[in-house]
Order: sequence, then structure tokens, then C-alpha cells
Amino acid sequence: MSIAAKQGFIEIKDLRIAFKGNPIHRGIDLIVPEGQTLVVIGGSGEGKSVLLKQMLGLLRPDSGSVKVDGQEITGLPEREMAESRRKVGILFQNGALFDSMNVFQNVAFPMVQAGVRDRERIESRVTRCLEVVELAAEGGKMPVELSGGMRKRVALARAIVNEPRCVLYDEPTAGLDPIVADSINILIRRLQKNDRVTSVVVTHDMQSAFRIADRIAYLRSGRIYFDGTPEELQASEDPKIRNFIEGVSSEREKSEPGLRPGGHNSA
Amino acid sequence: MQQVIRLSGGWVLGLLRYLGKLAELCRLIMEALVHGRFFLRLLCRQIVAIGYGSQTVVVVTGAFTGAVFAAQSYFKFKDFGVESSVGALVSVAMCRELAPVLTGLMVTGRVGAAMAAEIGTMKVTEQIDALRAMAIHPVDYLVIPRVGAIMISMPLLIAESITFGILAGYAVTVYGFGVPRAWYLDHLFYHTELEDIVIGMLKGFVFGLLIVVISCQQGLTAKNGAVGVGQGTTNAVVHSSLAILIFNFFLTFLLNTFFPLGAS
Repeated sequence: MSIAAKQGFIEIKDLRIAFKGNPIHRGIDLIVPEGQTLVVIGGSGEGKSVLLKQMLGLLRPDSGSVKVDGQEITGLPEREMAESRRKVGILFQNGALFDSMNVFQNVAFPMVQAGVRDRERIESRVTRCLEVVELAAEGGKMPVELSGGMRKRVALARAIVNEPRCVLYDEPTAGLDPIVADSINILIRRLQKNDRVTSVVVTHDMQSAFRIADRIAYLRSGRIYFDGTPEELQASEDPKIRNFIEGVSSEREKSEPGLRPGGHNSA
Repeated sequence: MQQVIRLSGGWVLGLLRYLGKLAELCRLIMEALVHGRFFLRLLCRQIVAIGYGSQTVVVVTGAFTGAVFAAQSYFKFKDFGVESSVGALVSVAMCRELAPVLTGLMVTGRVGAAMAAEIGTMKVTEQIDALRAMAIHPVDYLVIPRVGAIMISMPLLIAESITFGILAGYAVTVYGFGVPRAWYLDHLFYHTELEDIVIGMLKGFVFGLLIVVISCQQGLTAKNGAVGVGQGTTNAVVHSSLAILIFNFFLTFLLNTFFPLGAS
């Protein structure tokens, strides 16, 4: 890989963070090239969401460096992070919609806060974003009236309404039916292809990962265990990687057919 | 013995840590007042929620406190033949102590709990992170409008409480016990000074600040889902109520040095 190609929109070096003395990240190095989709996979509790939050400065690492569009954000006071945060949109795992506002107001909120005052412009952009997530008719509903999947799609519309240069997705397809999940995957792919939006997607949905990724990073035991193209990942012979891709919980279970679906349980 | 020292040491450290967190929020409020964004619409919405919405509870509390205080004073004063002084006593007590403290406690129960629960729920459902991700400082958006609203609302609510307390005391004493109206009002106006009202208002500002800082801090640091929000809400009410009662004691002495009772 050339040095120029290594210049990423997000660059992470030796990132370490611990909660109550329990290390989560033990030195993460990761580069997210501009205009590409990086999918971060890893087991539950490996700190995938924590990694996303550190990319936005929502969590501060104990040590290491996070650069967003060339700007180091780890030491910045909260108020000085505004500039880097305006370049990035985020889809939270549970949507994090404001429950005091309806769907339309939720999606319009980032535009209004960014200083857009032209009502027509807000209305057309919000409607367009809601159309993209196929929820144009639900603008007047409150978040509590929506299903989990709908809430996530509204949150996605909110994440892209200001046309950010980068979008961070935290489990975008978790809890969605396969058809809606696929439409989200297509949307992520379309944003990247058409608008050159840099994307970081945290997921453990392997089907979705292979569908949208330009690169896949496997987070394991607080480090990036693997970083490469989907083809390289699929070709990997590493048993830990194979176990994760194939959804096998451990070598022991793999060797005991009775514990596997379709196997004979002697008990 | 070692156990006792360890426990008390732990308690003191916990208290200091908590006071440190409150001080940190005060610092963030100061910073927001200088560098933060101002949300006028949210301030207005909070004035309606805190000030307008608390009127019923404050008026009822003030009126019944004034009425009961007047009745009890009348029963005792009658023995000494000074029942016409009940008005003065009710008025001064309402202005200096009863209205500010009771309004503070009622607002704590109604508004402090709501603040902690609302902000706490936003914290545990990542709505505060969503605000931060949109480059909005949570203190600018959530705390400053509440600080402004409570500072505007508390003195007005206290004024209402004083008014209704005095009116209820008047009704009980004059219409209930038949004390001559002129004597009652004469004593009331003669003994109630502007300073008494100023003390009530100043206490209102301080109590309002205590409620908002303690309740917002509990909300902003809530964790562990619904249980954490419930715990934060309880803490907000208990800590704010205790802080009001403790600060009231010291404020009474402090303000009495500036506005001594019966000096003029």
C-alpha cells in the first residue's frame, strides 16, 4: 500500500482505554481511508461501540491518538471538537432519537442546529432523507410510536441529513428483518458510491459486512487482529477468524457434533 | 476501630467527590454563560414547565401554611390579648422563612425530580451523546435553560406563596376568629419591611440554583438504565431538599446581618 493511500479520514494510533481498571482497547491502530467503507467486526463486549465513540471524541482514550480529517481530537476540550463533529454523522445502536420531538423534527434537528433557517430547504431535505429510508409518511409520529427498525431508520436519516463527509454506524442492521437490513446495506453502499461518504460500520452481522465493506477489521482482545479486504478475510485460514466468520463458539464445540445444530445430542 | 475509621473516611471521600462533581458542573455552567450557545425557545419552554406549571402546588402550599400558622398563632396570642399581631407574624414568617423554604421543597419535588429523570433518561438512551455528536454542548442545551428558568420562576413563585399565605392567614383570623380587620392590617403593614421580602427573594435565587445544579448533575451522570435513573431522581430530591434546609440555616444568619429583623 502506498504512503498516499495510507492518509485516512480517520487515523487511530495505539489507542488504549480501560473502564474501572478493565482494559478494553490495548493499542489499536486503524486507518479509515477517505471515501471507503471500513467494517469493524468483533464479538460482543470487545469494545466496538467504544471505538466508534472515541472516533467522535464522545469517549476520551487513556492514551493514543485519534485524528479526524488531519485534526488530533484526543486532547481537545469539548467545545473545540465541534468542527470535527460537524464533518461526521453517527447512527447510534438504539437510534438515540429525541423522544420529545416527532420524526420530522428529529431529522430536521441537526440542520436547524447547524444554522439553516430556510424552512423550504429544511423541509425538502428532511423529506428527501425520510424517503431514502422509506419513512416519508411517518414524519408526524413520535419515536415511541415506531418499531425498533423504524426508529433506527429515522436515526439513519438524521445521521445523513447534513450530508456529512463520514458516517459512523453502530450495528445498523441489528434487530431488523432481512429485507429492511438489506435496504440499509444498499443505502450505506449507495452513500459511499454516489456521495463518496467515508463509512465506519460496527457490526457482527457477517452477511452485511461482506456486502458493504471495502475493508474489514476484526477486533479481538482489545487489538485489531485482522485488517484487510473481504476477500482476504474469507480466504484466511486462521482458526479464530474462521470461527468468527462461521459463527462457531469454540474449537471444543466444533469437535463435539452433539452441541452443533443438526448434530446428534447424546445427552 | 479501624473499620470505623475506614467507613467514615470512605464516607468523607465520597462526599468530597460528590461536591467536586457539583463544583465541576458549576464551572461548566459559568463556561457556558461566557462561551456557550443560548437557546431562547428552550428557556421559554422551561419557564412554562417550571414556573407556570408549579403555581398550583406552590399556591396551595403557601395558602394552607399561612392559614395554619395564623390559626396556631391566634390560639396562643389570644391568651396574651395580642391576637391582632397575628398578621404581622404570619407576614414576616412567610416572607423570611416559610414561603422560600416550602416553595423550594415543593419545586424540588416537582421540578428537580423531573429534571433528573428527563436528563437521566436522555443520558442512558444515548440522547446526550447524540447532542454532543451534533456539536451541541449538553450544558448549553439542557442545563442553562433550566438555570435561567428557575432563577426567573423561583422569586415569582415565592412572591405568590407569600401573597396567598398572607391572604389565607387574613381570612382565617379576620373572618374565622373575628379579629378586627383594621388592627390586623395595621400590624401587618407596620411590621413587614421591604427587607423581609428581599430576603425571601434572595433565598429563592439560592434555592433555585441548588435545585438545578443538584438535579441536573444527577441526570447528567445517570447510568445503569432505569434503575440508575430512578436512583438519580431520588438522590436529586433528597439532596436538594437537604441542601435547601441546611443552606437556609446559614443564609438566615448571613442575611440577618445585612437585614436585621426589626431594625427599623
